[in-house]
Amino acid sequence: MALGAHLCDLDDLDAQGITDVLDTAESMAEILARPIPRVPALRGRTVMLLFYEASTRTRHSFELACKALGADSLSLAAATSSVVKGESLIDTVRTARALGADAVVLRHPASGAARLAATLNLLPVINAGDGIHAHPTQALLDVFTVRRRFGRLAGLQLTIVGDILHSRVARSSALAFARMGVKVVLCGPPTVVPPEAGPALGARVCHDLTEALRGADVVMALRIQKERQDRGLLPSAAEYRALWGLDAGRLAAACPGAVLLHPGPVNRGVELAPELLDRPEAAVDSQVRAGVAVRMAVLYMLLEQGAGAA
Amino acid sequence: MGLAEKAVIMDEAAIGRALRRMSHEIVERHGGTGGLWLVGIRRRGVPLAQRLAREINAFEGLSPPIGELDITLYRDDLTTKHDRPRVGRTLMPGDPGGKTIVLVDDVLFTGRTVRAALDALVDLGRPAEIQLAVLIDRGHRELPIRADYVGKNVPTSRREVIEVRVREIDLRDEVAIMDQS
Repeated sequence: MALGAHLCDLDDLDAQGITDVLDTAESMAEILARPIPRVPALRGRTVMLLFYEASTRTRHSFELACKALGADSLSLAAATSSVVKGESLIDTVRTARALGADAVVLRHPASGAARLAATLNLLPVINAGDGIHAHPTQALLDVFTVRRRFGRLAGLQLTIVGDILHSRVARSSALAFARMGVKVVLCGPPTVVPPEAGPALGARVCHDLTEALRGADVVMALRIQKERQDRGLLPSAAEYRALWGLDAGRLAAACPGAVLLHPGPVNRGVELAPELLDRPEAAVDSQVRAGVAVRMAVLYMLLEQGAGAA
Repeated sequence: MGLAEKAVIMDEAAIGRALRRMSHEIVERHGGTGGLWLVGIRRRGVPLAQRLAREINAFEGLSPPIGELDITLYRDDLTTKHDRPRVGRTLMPGDPGGKTIVLVDDVLFTGRTVRAALDALVDLGRPAEIQLAVLIDRGHRELPIRADYVGKNVPTSRREVIEVRVREIDLRDEVAIMDQS
């Protein structure tokens, strides 16, 4: 399936749909490399950025993507965390529409929030992360970054290390990479990497770090999300580092020159040894740059190419 | 709405002759090839620009640099169109500042494509001069735009459609007039 009226989840996109977005993002990357990175493609459009959770990379890259396409962006940081679900979200989306917004970019702590907003069918909704469910634009930028590094995707192996259970990034990225023919291995503490996570995401689960890293062309370390750890499923930061933290020695099990991804922000010295970020294999900065191009592609395709016919 | 082919108005030889003449006109008017770029408007302007460069190379011994311009993000008619054109890539041989740029396209009609191309081009830098070369000028301008080099002027009615087919994309070289039936 190609990109539809909304982007709530990567379940909505098949391999061709993902490739369409990545190819469009390549064109957008060329614009971003210009002295004046700006085109008038979405002039006169307004994008409402609705963030019920903290964000640096995602929100700012959506803002930059709007600017580069000539659209206006309106940030509505929902300061209160008491808003969880239901009417207030719906009312806010209605208000956004009433204010003249042409699309909503939504980050929300409740899984399924984007889908709920999309069911209103008032305007295109782009999920910028909903609870532990999905973060489709992050997954697309991860795939974009890896495709650029290797020039291909099929036949590569990706190993994701961390708290898979609570990670919308892991879920969306595993789905996206698997759909593009990448072999995906999930690794981390058994409490947060249940065996049943594998089949659901088209991946293999392996609780032995060295074994999981063997043959990996791409290694993704997940952030230990303190804000989603209230059930005592993870050991302390020190224990996590000792058992699952990635450093140069452990990464030696992966393919030489394996690319290192991290969705950010990095807990330095917990899931990643700080020196790893300075190595050329670390693609964290490329990921951030790719994020703007990919979000430009998604905004443009939903708003201008008729996909967002809502 | 279907399209029926009414007549083929240029064959491979005629297209070749027109491009050869245009290539001479370009070099004559520019006084050589120094600082001259040929920039094709995607998609069919690109192979035409490449052919003009080959023609110029044949008698000047020098091929001007070629650029490719994608104007999708600059168009003003997208919302009225039913198709969803893919966003292509713009490739330039460097900074267009100070260059003489000959924009190349297959058909000049309303002028809106050229308007978009001019906007796209000046966003990339400040050329010394921009000229326009088209294989077919079919009239019906909606903007104050004219071509500097024309392969063939073809009077048309608005109902008609001009299809330029090029080997690189359409597997053969010809220009046809189509009628909406």
